[in-house]
Amino acid sequence: MAVNVSIPTILRTHTGGQKSVEADGSTVAEVINDLDSRHTGLKDRLVKDGALHRFVNVYVNDEDVRFVGGLEASVSDGDSLTILPAVAGGMR
Amino acid sequence: MARYDSLLDTLGDTPLVGLPRLSPSSDVRLWAKLEDRNPTGSVKDRPALAMIEAAEKEGTLTQGCTILEPTSGNTGISLAMAASLKGYGLVCVMPENTSEERRQILQAYGARIVSSPAEGGSNQAVTVAKQLAEQNPDWVMLYQYGNSANAEAHYRGTGPEILSDLPNVTHFVAGLGTTGTLVGVGRYLHEQKPGTQIVASEPRYGELVYGLRNLDEGFVPELYDADVLNRRFSVGSYDALRRTRQLLEYEGIFAGISTGAVLHAALTVGERAVAAGEPAEIVFLVADAGWKYLSTGAYGGTLDEAAQQLDGQLWA
Repeated sequence: MAVNVSIPTILRTHTGGQKSVEADGSTVAEVINDLDSRHTGLKDRLVKDGALHRFVNVYVNDEDVRFVGGLEASVSDGDSLTILPAVAGGMR
Repeated sequence: MARYDSLLDTLGDTPLVGLPRLSPSSDVRLWAKLEDRNPTGSVKDRPALAMIEAAEKEGTLTQGCTILEPTSGNTGISLAMAASLKGYGLVCVMPENTSEERRQILQAYGARIVSSPAEGGSNQAVTVAKQLAEQNPDWVMLYQYGNSANAEAHYRGTGPEILSDLPNVTHFVAGLGTTGTLVGVGRYLHEQKPGTQIVASEPRYGELVYGLRNLDEGFVPELYDADVLNRRFSVGSYDALRRTRQLLEYEGIFAGISTGAVLHAALTVGERAVAAGEPAEIVFLVADAGWKYLSTGAYGGTLDEAAQQLDGQLWA
């Protein structure tokens, strides 16, 4: 099950500068494990103590996975997974 | 009532209007809460006035004081209006990549602007403001990201207005910035009408805004309470612009760009309700009107061109 994963600038040292990479898995955790097997060190940046890092947001098709099962959120073939650092809202 | 003693008294009690043409079906309906009908034209008048009043009550804000706030727009404009009427000074820290209109309005109200680097976005503005607060201990930083009066304003105002105007509300959708609107309205609706879905729409910016962000120095507003939210969507500038234009074209509502992102999330939950065969009454919040964004090119040309121009700007 191929998923397109978009990588934020700060993590592209792990992907040789690539903005987006392919990965397999039927849950967010599986996708991250697969990513880590291809791009060593990525998992450590994203997951801490078995949960997503506090300042990392992961979206499957634009929806924040924390509200749909977290690392166990399901992922389907052709989905897009976006990783972003947490930022303050814009024009507040 | 249409007569008020002063501009400040016109705060709140904003209209809730149906969207007959954009609603997904006759039993999955969208309702727009028009927060641009506030004294300075945005939802931020609610938290800004509430924070000032709370600080006055506590005695930290007294005549002649200078208020300091990291803000790239609407909160600054609200504070600037209230500060000028109440006799306070105002210093706003804002990222340099915010629209020219906002700078001009702030200056017209007499506020001082300190620019923070575009690369850091609002995170950087918060950092610069905290440094300024240390260097100027007599200035009063209201700090919208962590001030409980922000969420409280929505708990006491926006939430009750929505429930009173639409007792069968099923969803509330708003933008996620300081998180005050969603946390305040969400807490109220969860208490008064358990089962109401609280949905966040978060702007997704161009790479410049995230570029230098170190993952260990991320920023989550102190007010944020994930337990209040049921879903959270990240909406890019293309979808935000597309919906902003649809809202204008189909319903006549000239809203700011962040409202387009909120409408996008509202339509997403609406379409899911239709697919599930469930009725829904979805309220979404129109944070402001489009006037302040005209110079961004959001309302003319092709969507692709407009989205490209927005890349790297803070549009919500």
